[in-house]
Amino acid sequence: MTEQEVFEKVVAIIKPFAKAPEALASAKMETSILKDLKVNSARLVDVVLEIEDAFEIEVKDEDADKVKTIGDAVKLIVEAKA
Amino acid sequence: MVVTGLGVLAPNGHGLEAFERALRSGESGIRFVPELAELKFGCQVGGIPQGVDQIQSRYLSDEELFAMNPNMVYAAIAAIDAWTDAGLPRIAPDAEPDWNSGAVLGTGIGGIDTIAEKLAPKTDAGKVARLGSTMVEQIMSSGNSARVAGLLGLGNQVTTNSSACNTGTEAVVDAFLRIREGRAERMLAGGSEGHSRYIWAGFDAMKVLNRTKNDAPAEASRPMSASAAGFIPGSGAGVLVLESLASARARGARIWAEVLGGYVNCGGHRLGGSMTAPNPTSVQRCIRGAVAMAGIRPDQIDLINGHLTATFADPHEVENWRAALEVSPEKLPLIQSTKSLIGHALGAAGGIECVASVLQLGRGFAHGSLNCEDLHPALGPFAGRVVHRTRDLPELRVVAKASFGFGDVNGCVIFQKFSE
Repeated sequence: MTEQEVFEKVVAIIKPFAKAPEALASAKMETSILKDLKVNSARLVDVVLEIEDAFEIEVKDEDADKVKTIGDAVKLIVEAKA
Repeated sequence: MVVTGLGVLAPNGHGLEAFERALRSGESGIRFVPELAELKFGCQVGGIPQGVDQIQSRYLSDEELFAMNPNMVYAAIAAIDAWTDAGLPRIAPDAEPDWNSGAVLGTGIGGIDTIAEKLAPKTDAGKVARLGSTMVEQIMSSGNSARVAGLLGLGNQVTTNSSACNTGTEAVVDAFLRIREGRAERMLAGGSEGHSRYIWAGFDAMKVLNRTKNDAPAEASRPMSASAAGFIPGSGAGVLVLESLASARARGARIWAEVLGGYVNCGGHRLGGSMTAPNPTSVQRCIRGAVAMAGIRPDQIDLINGHLTATFADPHEVENWRAALEVSPEKLPLIQSTKSLIGHALGAAGGIECVASVLQLGRGFAHGSLNCEDLHPALGPFAGRVVHRTRDLPELRVVAKASFGFGDVNGCVIFQKFSE
């Protein structure tokens, strides 16, 4: 799976939680999940659970805490799959 | 104090037009529920609002629905409908909340389906980390009112009451008193209840549900009949917007009805009352309390929307109404059971039935009670007062609505047609 494919899958996972659809439509690696996409911070837990299921990986709590942007999530997934 | 908005999601109709049509035509919302048969329930029929999967996406975003169980969804749909019906504006997400509007939205059982289907299995399997973020907001007792507060931007008191089958009516009384105290200008009031095998199983185990009409669902809910054999579980939500007359007038709101008075009490499990049976003295005191607060004579009541569930208690309830109003049987106001059409929606029952009461006042009719052609023998003297078939009643002026619940709790509210 390419980085671009991972990026698109992460955006699709975040989509139901994003309250700023226009920001999601133009999302980039540096887009902030909380600030730009206006995802409720409590729902980050659910985003991480869906990432674990979709990519068949396990995300440690301390790694999950470091995810601020879409790029952070992509990097974490790519490293876990490597 | 007036009612300016109504919202209803009932087993026999969503929205005022559909609900009125169903009430007028005697359309039952009771259906066979295959899951209950598979699970060997004695009672295999129930009242479940139809088409909610399609309806809910018009009201709620995917993000909101992700964290909502049916109890919360039903409350949200009925509350948004009531708010819209009252002509109140939706408050933008970045604006100040409406400090003068609040909510008392009750539930009897709450999010037990979420507990049973998600929380308990994952917790017991050592998978707490897989529960996600939405458990607490779905299982906290106030889940329904909390969600509505966010959807509508309510800034006054927002709470969930719970008094079993009296819940929805108690909510109306509580909201009424808060506005009367001057602590809010308007309050959403009512109740919601989801449908789930876990909500209904305990009642089935108690043998208080009718298990004799699984093959004829529309005939299963039989309040006041000789063949009553238990209630039929229901679900849904009913919400009213209660508002001070000054506030309603100031914004030129359409007024459905006036709330004249309300009363709640408990029988203390004494004098014949128990966890599951009503103390007749307390029932009568409750009705009298509401009538006294309303400042009307008993003979001014035109219609009683009873609790009337189809258990052994129906004849006792009717006798309690008679005794409380101090009238002879043939002088009892007309009496009806909305549960004959939709079953017993538990914590939502009072809310849905208050909506039915106000809707009938506003539109001038009294709906018929299904399935009591074989009136209970003890109700013989009241035969002429039971509304069997829907009738137009343009002169309908005062409706008394009561609910009685497990815990020996009672609630009664008096609505009057509004005139300047």
